[in-house]
Amino acid sequence: MIPLLALVRKDLKLFFNDRRAVIISILVPMVLASFFGYLFGGQGGNAETSKVPVLVIDQDGSNISRGLITQLGSDKTLDVKPSTLESAREAVRKGKATAAIVIPTGFGMDAGHALFTGATKPELGILYDPSHNVELGMVKGILSGAVMQAVSKEMFTGRSGREMVNESLAQLENTPQMRPENRKALRDLLGSVKEFNEQQDREGASGQGELSGGLSMPYQTREQAITSGQNIEYNGYAHSFGGMGIQFILFMGLDVGIALLMLRQSGLWQRLRAAPLSRTMLLGSRVVSASLIAGFLLLVLFAFARIVFGVHIRGSFAGFLGVCAAFSLMTASFGLMVAALGETVEATRGYSIMATLIMVMLGGAWVPTFIFPKWLQKLTVIIPTRWAMDGLDGMTWRGLGFSSALAPIAVLLLFTLLFGLVAVTRFRWGTEG
Amino acid sequence: MLEVKGVTKSYGKLVAVNGVSFRADYGETIGLLGPNGAGKTTTVSIIVGLLNPDSGEVLIEGQQVKSDTDPVKLKIGLVPQDMALYDKLSARDNLIFFAALYSLVGAKARQAITDALNLVGLSDRAGDKVGTFSGGMKRRLNLAAALLHDPQILLLDEPTVGVDPQSRNAIFENLEALKKRGKTLIYTTHYMEEAERLCDRIVIIDHGKVIADDTLQGLHRMLPVTNVIVIKLDHADGFKPERMLALSEVKSAALEQGTLRAGVHDLSRGAPGILHWLAENGHSYHHVSSEQPNLETVFLTLTGRSLRE
Repeated sequence: MIPLLALVRKDLKLFFNDRRAVIISILVPMVLASFFGYLFGGQGGNAETSKVPVLVIDQDGSNISRGLITQLGSDKTLDVKPSTLESAREAVRKGKATAAIVIPTGFGMDAGHALFTGATKPELGILYDPSHNVELGMVKGILSGAVMQAVSKEMFTGRSGREMVNESLAQLENTPQMRPENRKALRDLLGSVKEFNEQQDREGASGQGELSGGLSMPYQTREQAITSGQNIEYNGYAHSFGGMGIQFILFMGLDVGIALLMLRQSGLWQRLRAAPLSRTMLLGSRVVSASLIAGFLLLVLFAFARIVFGVHIRGSFAGFLGVCAAFSLMTASFGLMVAALGETVEATRGYSIMATLIMVMLGGAWVPTFIFPKWLQKLTVIIPTRWAMDGLDGMTWRGLGFSSALAPIAVLLLFTLLFGLVAVTRFRWGTEG
Repeated sequence: MLEVKGVTKSYGKLVAVNGVSFRADYGETIGLLGPNGAGKTTTVSIIVGLLNPDSGEVLIEGQQVKSDTDPVKLKIGLVPQDMALYDKLSARDNLIFFAALYSLVGAKARQAITDALNLVGLSDRAGDKVGTFSGGMKRRLNLAAALLHDPQILLLDEPTVGVDPQSRNAIFENLEALKKRGKTLIYTTHYMEEAERLCDRIVIIDHGKVIADDTLQGLHRMLPVTNVIVIKLDHADGFKPERMLALSEVKSAALEQGTLRAGVHDLSRGAPGILHWLAENGHSYHHVSSEQPNLETVFLTLTGRSLRE
């Protein structure tokens, strides 16, 4: 027991004696987590996000196109500016605009016809930045709603709409190919629209009513974030501090492995091996000290997040400690595995950094896993960091109970055993030469 | 005390140690002398249990080291060739740590640390971080760390590599003090001066094999000459040293850059004869001295190669 305590105490002393390294290993994840937390919603989850820059090229100049631009401009998520085709193309190419919408000549007239008669639909051109696919989907959705509102408004209440109704009624009699019952139905519809317009005119003239705005979206949304409780808002820092903590603690685990690899090539290793110490103790002491350091770093990061950004452990505190402890153990055994499999320090550092970054990335420490493709989301269940992230998210902002921490803890402990097993079986003690 | 019996160790096709055998008794200092790569460190690693031999055995007071935690290991102290210290810890913290590896804590550990620091003369720097120490001081602390658990056998693997002459002398004094306390020292080196100064017996290893195992005097007896007379000639042109072999006292003769080196068995008889022969043959000289052959000469004689090669 005395040698084990000495080995652990020595590791802790070496870590904490290196003040600069300690500060960096705490400060860097703090800074990055603060930044990512701000980007992903910040405190309260309703921080103003930047608007999507969209350019509009109005080649039509109709009431409908002007109405469409007004509709788009009224959306709080878009920053709409008029442009020419060439400037818009250049702006999108340089990434200064996410998309440019081209309203071609005759769009208003053709859209009106298409609305009532199903005639050939006019095309709206969209130039977009391929690196902003997610925003493109959003722009297309907003555009659909805006087009429907602008076209229907003009068709039901605008001058060109009335002309088009009259024109369509006249044309209706010259379409022998249309079946009589369909012709009658369309005549009734257009007649009703004409009558509706005339009634609007009369009411407008007598000041009895307001002009109708045409068709509008038949619903509105009421958004409610489902967090750990009522009136408790999502805190983006909870996820970012978990993610960055996991990333940098894994790097710490990797350093433990590299240090062990270097130790094996030094006189210190010979001296340790010459002492009457078991191999279990030599490796076990590393697991204990690395786990303690990892746990300490996680707790310091979350303490900082609690004080500065109001990140609370909304779920089970015991579950939170359990996930932290299981992840710390997993990190330590990961470090041992690195030391066991490593050949040279340089090569080991290279491939283990790559492995760590992949684990961090697929584990959802940088960005949440829900934006991954489905198959990738399924694949990430084999990544230990995914479980650590789920566990920390569950115990912090999701406010889940201890039972929800059990699966992440169990999986992380299984990975600890797996990595530990690989480390013990593959560790080169040097007795073979 | 320590018996190494027919130990062999190979790495693939390379036989690093080939049937090495020697023994060391209580209070004896054994020098393992050989050039770099001769197999000295491998032998030490096998003795201390860091490497398993392919064949042969190592007995410490009649017992083999059977496991990592075998108490027999308490009888051994290792001073590795590479510095085995933590630079970021103080000298005292290093020693506290190494003492605890042998379950030494409390008053016993404090006493052992004080004694070890006193022996190597680092008491006044005990609180300083090892990273601030000179190479020589680190070497001395490296030695102190191996003494804490008071081992009977001390294995020193080239403990003076890279240190200044002053620190080397300090280490020698430490080792001589340990020797006086009855410790058994196994000292590997490729510096013949160190082996000559410290060792009671010298085991010469080359290409993994023991090629000689004797006292310094015994090794010297293996040589064809016991003294070399060195004469600086005034004019060496045309001088043929092999002509001197006609003298019965002269066993070898060589001329290099105007200096004649003649090997003799008996200095008192050989020197007058050589000087008389030079005078008779008209060779004047301006300096005469004599040298005793050293381990370098022994190694050269036994292997045909220099220790430094």
